[in-house]
Amino acid sequence: MTSVLPGFWFGVIAVLWAGFFLLEGFDFGVGVLLPWVGGDETGRKVALRAIGPVWDGNEVWLLVAGGATFAAFPSWYASMFAGLYIPLALILAGLIVRGISIEYRSKVATASGRAWCDRGMFIGSLLPALLFGVAFADLIRGLDMNAEHQVTGGFFALVSPFGVLGGLVSLGFFSFHGAVFLTLRTEGPVRERAHRAARLLAVPVVVAAAGFLVWSFELRGGAVSVAMSALMAVALIISVLLDRRGREGWSFASSAVVAVAFPVFVFASLWPDVIPARNHGPWSLTVHNASSSHYTLVVMTVVALIFTPIVVVYQAWAYWVFRARVSEGSVNPMARLPRPAVSAGEAYQVTSPPDLAAIAKDVPVPGERGD
Amino acid sequence: MRAELPQPLTGATWVTPEWLVASVSGDVMSPDTLARWQFASTTIYHFIIVPVSIGLALLVATMQTLAYRKRGSDGGAVWDRVARFWGKLMLISFAIGVVTGIVQEFQFGMNWSAYSRFVGDIFGAPLAMEGLIAFFLESTFLGLWIFGRDLLSARAHLACIWLAAIGSAISAYFILAANSWMQHPVGYRIDPATGLPQMTNIWRVLFQSTQLVTFSHTLFAAMLTGGAMLLSVSVWHLRKEGAQVDVAHRQVAKMALGVVVIAALGVSFVGHVQGQVMTKQQPMKMAAAEALWNTKSEAGFSLFAYADVSKGHNKIDLSIPDGLSILATDHPGGTVQGINQVQAAERAAYGPGDYVPNVGLAYWCFRLMIGFGVLAGLIGAVLIVQWRRGRLLSSDRLLRVAAWTVVLPLLANTAGWLFTETARQPWLVYGLLKTSAGVSSNVSNTMVAFSLFGFVALYGILGVIAARLFIRTARQGIDRSIDIDPGDATSGDGGLGVSDGVLSLAP
Ligand code: HDD
Ligand code: HEM
Ligand code: HEM
Repeated sequence: MTSVLPGFWFGVIAVLWAGFFLLEGFDFGVGVLLPWVGGDETGRKVALRAIGPVWDGNEVWLLVAGGATFAAFPSWYASMFAGLYIPLALILAGLIVRGISIEYRSKVATASGRAWCDRGMFIGSLLPALLFGVAFADLIRGLDMNAEHQVTGGFFALVSPFGVLGGLVSLGFFSFHGAVFLTLRTEGPVRERAHRAARLLAVPVVVAAAGFLVWSFELRGGAVSVAMSALMAVALIISVLLDRRGREGWSFASSAVVAVAFPVFVFASLWPDVIPARNHGPWSLTVHNASSSHYTLVVMTVVALIFTPIVVVYQAWAYWVFRARVSEGSVNPMARLPRPAVSAGEAYQVTSPPDLAAIAKDVPVPGERGD
Repeated sequence: MRAELPQPLTGATWVTPEWLVASVSGDVMSPDTLARWQFASTTIYHFIIVPVSIGLALLVATMQTLAYRKRGSDGGAVWDRVARFWGKLMLISFAIGVVTGIVQEFQFGMNWSAYSRFVGDIFGAPLAMEGLIAFFLESTFLGLWIFGRDLLSARAHLACIWLAAIGSAISAYFILAANSWMQHPVGYRIDPATGLPQMTNIWRVLFQSTQLVTFSHTLFAAMLTGGAMLLSVSVWHLRKEGAQVDVAHRQVAKMALGVVVIAALGVSFVGHVQGQVMTKQQPMKMAAAEALWNTKSEAGFSLFAYADVSKGHNKIDLSIPDGLSILATDHPGGTVQGINQVQAAERAAYGPGDYVPNVGLAYWCFRLMIGFGVLAGLIGAVLIVQWRRGRLLSSDRLLRVAAWTVVLPLLANTAGWLFTETARQPWLVYGLLKTSAGVSSNVSNTMVAFSLFGFVALYGILGVIAARLFIRTARQGIDRSIDIDPGDATSGDGGLGVSDGVLSLAP
């Protein structure tokens, strides 16, 4: 009678969150670190260009995680998002602000407009990076619910020391992940500054994460979550060490392991609950009492099995297309001008000090957004 | 009959003065009121932008295809400049569509959790498919298109914009399938154990008649909107620059006129079919749309009416003879059910209650949708005639009016949705779930007020920024400079950017 499909979909949703943490995680980090690693105008352009072509595709992992939860576990979707109403509203506001900031930065005409976009990018990345950690910590800790599985706690029930620590860990880790990403994907001063940022963040992040993981075992956990914690701890430390040695690719790979393992850890801690009721265990929402009907799960399984591989292939292809490191040259139109034409390059230099904005308007820089 | 409403604040009454007084006086605000305001304002905002994005994406893809086909020639160079310019405008619109869409994805759970629990087994599926099948496609290939111009071959670059445009149309398909299911639930059974609807047939959910007409109607409406956007901007340049206008703007104007006229015909034709489907499936909606209080054959299509709601009839009514009967049934003598009769029938079927939506809102929104949309088509037709006669540039007044064309479909879209959604009330899912029963009971009015205020403020600011950016970019016009990008193999621009000589800028 009991079907494996609810369990399978619990896993699928964990995978979607893992994709989101892995990919959008470094976008958040780049946004949070932008004021420091970006430095001057060119540096900020370099940092943003590194995520410009892919951030929206990365964010869709979140949207699909939401949609898949709706389809496979309607009660989970309903209880979680109504229960976490205020944090979610703030996350959404942050995502709106950062999306507009990155898209419009290259289009606004003035330096002050760009400065506002940078602020928006910072705040809009910081809020979700922090609040996703708070939200997941709240889930691990459990929420007060009634017999209809509605969350009853109100806003302040969501702000616990454990939740705050969770938020700081996610904020710190995403920033670290973003810094390592930039060391891998950029060149020049930004890469240097990103190395420095990664080094500064390393110790606090490792300590906070260790504290958080240990604390979480007090609350819940099982063999898988212990294994995941160990994996995360080791991978994070390896990532830090490799970064110090300048092995950027491997360092990023290790930090990616942490990003993927975190949602797996959360989900493993929850299983078989999807939202544990803190006040009264039997009121918990579980994989079984929250799931959709068998037919719906079969439909969704077929759709997921067909389309997920396709999505992974073309997203991977997009990363392959943009594999070259972003350098000052790639965002600075002057450096991109074809040199051989005798006067073209010089002409621009003579008419300088270059009004970069004007040149940028004439020269079709690949990528109107985010650069 | 409206006087005996058990709950004056649910259902259809949210724009009346009584409602305002009641809600300001505080304690009687029902929990769904603010949630409805929030859903309505964020969704309407999303859908002001969405048709612009869908329409422009398909049109920019067409422009780039023309540039690709004619590459190497002057004509190709013109279309290349056109595609780049309109691509920029499309991206300004897309950005707003994307960020406002994210809110939509989570609002069902946040504010309508009882609804989400109730319908999730069916409604969640198209929503999840939209993300997996459409949003990934759209966002990934848009990123590739924007930043990949120099990295991809011209052909691959062209494919990217098509995939993004098709992705946005697919996203419209799935979300409209979800909405159509709320208008006309099919492909489910009620689970005896839980009392909740359970999906039994995904094909019916995705391909029912309501969905097929709604999708076609909405896609034509988006093309009308996109076409009108092209028209407004190019006419603005035609008027300002006169005979000196860049030939590229003329090309776009020509394209726009064709699109506007064809799309207006399409949306009207499909709307007619849709009206018939709707009359069958939601008789109350058609009756409200026409403020037709009592069942009638040879019903006229009302042009202006002033209803005396409490008495259940119209005081003034000016109508086209037989118009409604034709719209609803294809026969001048066809019978159309009236509000009072449908109310009695629904009461008999679903128990006591008020099943009449806000008739005034439905009536006027229906008229404004049709009126504005048809007017946009007419403007297109007049411009074509004048152009043929060679009188376009000389009639400054006509051009001045035509530059405002895009406002019409934008208003028509909003009116259409306001009609579709409010005239479904008090139902959230027609015949299955009432709106007042769908709201999140554990989210307090204070929380919703907080988010409603926040979103409205944020959207307001974004609207101003985006509108200014859009208008500034539109005014700059199509870049006349010849492409500097060398079109050789190393840059991968493969000819798209090549221009072999000075363009003739003369008209
Ligand atoms: C008929 C078309 C249509 C309608 C009725 C809606 N949308 Fe929409 N939506 C689009 C057509 C669209 C689009 C054209 O695909 C957008 C606009 C610009 C864009 O990038 O995609 C979009 C964007 C968009 C996004 C962002 C996608 C991304 O990040 O790329 C989300 C999450 C939603 N929408 C969700 C919704 C929900 C939950 C709706 C229901 C209330 C809704 N939309 C109504
Ligand atoms: C994008 C175009 C749309 C617009 C402009 C729009 C507009 C509206 C408006 C004005 C209401 C309020 C009706 C009232 O309360 O009297 C409403 C309600 C609602 N609509 Fe839509 N709608 C759109 C699309 C959709 C879609 C695609 C869905 C579902 C997939 C949807 C789901 C709902 C729900 C759940 C409600 C109930 C909340 C409420 O009554 O306010 N809408 N919509
Ligand atoms: C003669 C012209 C038209 C007719 C007869 C017509 C008919 C209809 C009908 C019957 C509906 C309601 C469907 C339902 O609730 O089930 C509708 C909705 C709508 N209309 Fe129109 N329409 C016309 C023109 C237009 C134009 C010109 C536009 C926009 C440019 C437009 C945009 C919309 C939109 C966005 C909706 C809501 C989405 C939907 O339900 O499809 N319509 N129309």
